[in-house]
Amino acid sequence: MKKLLTLFFSSLTLVSVMAQVDKGNMLIKNGTVITITKGNLEQTDVLIRDGKIVQIAKNIPAPAGVRVIDATGQYVMPGIIDAHSHIALDGINEGTNPITPEVSEEDVINPFQIGIYRALGGGITTVHAMHGSANAIGGQCETIKLRYGNFDPDALKMEGAPRTIKFALGENPTRSHGEGSGIVPRTRMGVEFVIRQAFSEAKEYSEAWSKYNKNKLMKGFRGAPPAYSYRHEVLSDILNDKIIIHCHSYRADEIYMMLKVCKDFGIKRIVFQHVNEGFKVAPELAAQGAMASVFSDWWAYKFEVYYSTAYNAAILTRNGVVTSINSDDAEMMRHLYHEAGKTQKYGALTDEEALALITINPAKQLGIESRVGSLEVGKEGDVVIFKNHPLSIYGVPMFTIVDGIVRFDREKDPDDMRLVVDPKQTIDNAMLRDKDSDLDHCMEGAEFILDSELFNANKQ
Amino acid sequence: MKGLQTIIGFAAAIVCGVVMHTQAQSPKGKYANVALTNATIETVTKGTIQNGTVLIVDGKIAGVGTNVSIPAGTAIIDCKGKFIYPGMIDAGTNLGLNEISAVARTTDFNEIGEVIPQMKALTAVNPNASAIPVTRVSGVTTALTIPTGGMLSGTAALINLHGYTPDQMYAGFEGIVLNFPNTGRRGFFDRRTDDDIKKASEKALASLNDVWEKAIQYQKLDSATKGKTGYYPELQALVPVIRGEQTLLVETNTSKDITAALKWVKEKKVKKVILTGVAEGWRVADEIAKSGIPVITGGVLELPTRDYDRYDKAYANAGLLKKAGVKVAIKSESANNNYRNLPYHAGFAVAYGMNKEDALKAITIIPAELFGVADKLGSIEVGKSATLFICTGDPFETKTNVSHVFIDGWQMPMVSRQTELYDEFLKRDPGVKK
Repeated sequence: MKKLLTLFFSSLTLVSVMAQVDKGNMLIKNGTVITITKGNLEQTDVLIRDGKIVQIAKNIPAPAGVRVIDATGQYVMPGIIDAHSHIALDGINEGTNPITPEVSEEDVINPFQIGIYRALGGGITTVHAMHGSANAIGGQCETIKLRYGNFDPDALKMEGAPRTIKFALGENPTRSHGEGSGIVPRTRMGVEFVIRQAFSEAKEYSEAWSKYNKNKLMKGFRGAPPAYSYRHEVLSDILNDKIIIHCHSYRADEIYMMLKVCKDFGIKRIVFQHVNEGFKVAPELAAQGAMASVFSDWWAYKFEVYYSTAYNAAILTRNGVVTSINSDDAEMMRHLYHEAGKTQKYGALTDEEALALITINPAKQLGIESRVGSLEVGKEGDVVIFKNHPLSIYGVPMFTIVDGIVRFDREKDPDDMRLVVDPKQTIDNAMLRDKDSDLDHCMEGAEFILDSELFNANKQ
Repeated sequence: MKGLQTIIGFAAAIVCGVVMHTQAQSPKGKYANVALTNATIETVTKGTIQNGTVLIVDGKIAGVGTNVSIPAGTAIIDCKGKFIYPGMIDAGTNLGLNEISAVARTTDFNEIGEVIPQMKALTAVNPNASAIPVTRVSGVTTALTIPTGGMLSGTAALINLHGYTPDQMYAGFEGIVLNFPNTGRRGFFDRRTDDDIKKASEKALASLNDVWEKAIQYQKLDSATKGKTGYYPELQALVPVIRGEQTLLVETNTSKDITAALKWVKEKKVKKVILTGVAEGWRVADEIAKSGIPVITGGVLELPTRDYDRYDKAYANAGLLKKAGVKVAIKSESANNNYRNLPYHAGFAVAYGMNKEDALKAITIIPAELFGVADKLGSIEVGKSATLFICTGDPFETKTNVSHVFIDGWQMPMVSRQTELYDEFLKRDPGVKK
């Protein structure tokens, strides 16, 4: 299906194929360059060629034909990375089974969503487009770059980024399956069980294949190969650390449980998502090298986030956990710089520490820290230029640049930035936020379960 | 001697604090006459005073300026390098009515019924709601707590975020909430067709007109019979609005609905009206300005309502309304009890075009005026309630810390469950054996 789609889109237009390799050249002059990893450089220039940073220095002469942006009095920082988002996707939850590693968000990227442009308006350049949290083991996610303007879904993919997968603990998988469909898991005990069961089966599966691959080389071997299962292939790749787990979690007990599961199965690469009570098990997270991607201050929207604190990011950081601040929300992702700023109120993080939460740290969590997340020679030309300091409430992104190409220009862009107009959509269609909704964004697409008769019966 | 007393007093306070800590949900407030000295005072209504003093006596502001004489025995808080602001007022919350939004049995803002103006928010305010200390340590001292759901959802109440009974918290304003029939969509779960939305909205308007007609008739009967018309609670609750004695809070958001609401209010000759929400106010700002009806808008940190609108329209809305001449208050609006972010909503309005002074007024004196409590709240002036906070800088900035909060002269403990968790877990003991 995926190949078919690719074929369809690549044959669609030549332009989109060309857009995919579109990399820009640019000189950003005379800004305060916030490198993240190597301090701040005053009145410094950044030169991008073929989409990569080639020079950071004072007074770089403009090469012929290269666009120059004057950033005098402004702040130049690496493009912001959101390690938890659901934008640019046409499907979030494959809510039909507690274990669905066989599905992947890479098949449902929607390059037309206006949310992509709006995120650029908030300085975002890279996004972890995630599966939802209805399942204990959900689908594979896709790391995308906000190359808005491309019609080809594949043009948004960050080529070569490590594979990632969504896991989910606690209320969402238990209410989706236990309450919604009447199958395990209904409790946190069940969540642990279905994950351990899946890993155990995958282990057997890969052992059976290893045995077969070894035996088939022997003379006179007549055995049949084990049945192929893509689900178990993916799970085996997780066990071999070829896929990074991004695990939706809230409570300390379930985080601790998952750490033990990882230890038992020899899994080293795990990032906990939301992880509102991560602060309670910060020493354990640090000791095992697990990372944490948190909200700045969200709490109280459901029971498992009741005992939260806005000091979470600071406690995790001080305990040595690589921490990022994410949005999980199409609005909040437009001001992750402001969310990072809150860690200065809640825990007195330094500017460097606060900005790392939305740049180099999420890059580490997605395994792309050698390519993005800081301004260094050799890295990709993903840059935001701010009027006023990005941690100030008065900070406003003026330009957002991806691979050396301006994708957002506050002064020049027209109001209506849609790529296509939906002919079915009436002009009068206004979308207001649902203020009293008890459902989080991670559950989009799982409504059919939550509306089921069984779910409502169980709710009584 | 005085020093010794201070030390003893201080030690006693610590002991008391510890004892209280184990007994109550939060430590107690302190009530004393106190002088806040050497501060930069943002009065809001009368400019900025450098190196000034605010004197608090019997819960009221007894002196403001550079030349305030401090009575002997008054405690002093030296505010050198710090700023004093009036307590911030969030004109749109459900504080005290909502503990955990997804757990129905902990929510009290949504009674059953379409026409239930007699349901009073103040009745159900839980003075010990965990969000109250979380909110007030940020300098938000006062909040309008609002029932939602249905068409006439109930009676909202203005409360101070300190007190042990709803009456102690009551800050002097109640208003009837009307969710004006709307044609917008409520989030991605709202999958109704355009036609269904239109029909539902028309039906709601017919029903509203019907109720209003009854309320007008009832009001006449009530006057004629001197209040002996029998028990009609929902109509009785509407009488003060019909008579122009009580405010009608009209929640409306899309431009078309705002226009319709303005027309309806004019037709029905409703005297005291505030429009709330007003997400698309910028589209019809001149029209709103012409009506002279004030607006409580927000949250500011929202998406544009339509795909074809400029990306920053929600951030710019408050500023655009103000520019058109509308009287604007800003509320935070939050599904997750994050009313502490009110100053950041105001700050974003500034980043995207609103004058900074106007944004500060929009969360202090303007809501106080709208709720008819400007004689007590909303600015630092002699004679007003000592409801204010001390902070280290611009309160819109996330770097700024709030160091003291006073509500009606009560000095608030600067703790909430969120700070307590920080204190306990920053260096957890035992940690992990290395």
